[in-house]
Amino acid sequence: MADVVVGKDKCGEQRLVLLPLSRIRVIMKSCPEVSSINQEALVLTAKATELLVQYLATLVQYSYRHGSGKEKKVLTYRDLANTAEESETFQFLTDILPKKILAGKYLKMLKEEKREGDEENDDDNGSDHDEAES
Amino acid sequence: MAERPEDLNLPNAVITRIIKEALPDGVNISKEARSAISRAASVFVLYATSCANNFAMKGKRKTLNATDVLSAMEEMEFQRFVTPLKEALEAYRREQKGKKEASEQKKKDKDKKTDSEDQDKSRDEDNDEDEERLEEEEQNEEEEVDN
Repeated sequence: MADVVVGKDKCGEQRLVLLPLSRIRVIMKSCPEVSSINQEALVLTAKATELLVQYLATLVQYSYRHGSGKEKKVLTYRDLANTAEESETFQFLTDILPKKILAGKYLKMLKEEKREGDEENDDDNGSDHDEAES
Repeated sequence: MAERPEDLNLPNAVITRIIKEALPDGVNISKEARSAISRAASVFVLYATSCANNFAMKGKRKTLNATDVLSAMEEMEFQRFVTPLKEALEAYRREQKGKKEASEQKKKDKDKKTDSEDQDKSRDEDNDEDEERLEEEEQNEEEEVDN
């Protein structure tokens, strides 16, 4: 099976699809419910994925430039994670693009949560005690 | 079917190229962000496939087709992709048609050549047999494509 759609053009014209179809196919077939894939569906999925990559790249760049007013030279992971969180369309990406947090900060958060949990338990014990008396 | 984790990744070089072409000159992307976009692209393929498959199952079909993918894009709220995808589909179909016609022409030329070299058989009989052979080969080609 041909890996790319449209033969290579010596004039350097754009191919229809850049991503390797064989790899796209492997990913699609890893879906358990899928039995077979029409060649056109394969090509369209590859093309859609390219559009997504372009979209992510431009979205991140656009939002940053219009936010801080500064030209951004390097797009970072943080930009991506923020974009994923803010846009509803990209909700499906929030699991794989989690916002990062320093380990020390996270441990602190855990401690605070635990402390709040302990305080609640103390209140409960107190009210039980009152009920028992009356 | 068990795949190694790296099989589900898309090639870095291609991803980088697509990103670079989408960004203006002078703007770069960190290695980490590029790797994240690559992972996002893989997840997108899975999500799109699963969604498209639902449409195929609704239509009681076992093979995903182009319409299923387009419907999936709408479902996933990526309507912005639908028009460029339809254009790509048209271009692909034209290209496939062109290839088929080119290979058919080659066969006809080749057969004409053997015709003129072979003096014993009558010309009409040969042409009929060749047309039948061509049709059979066409059918075989189509079956191979849809797997």
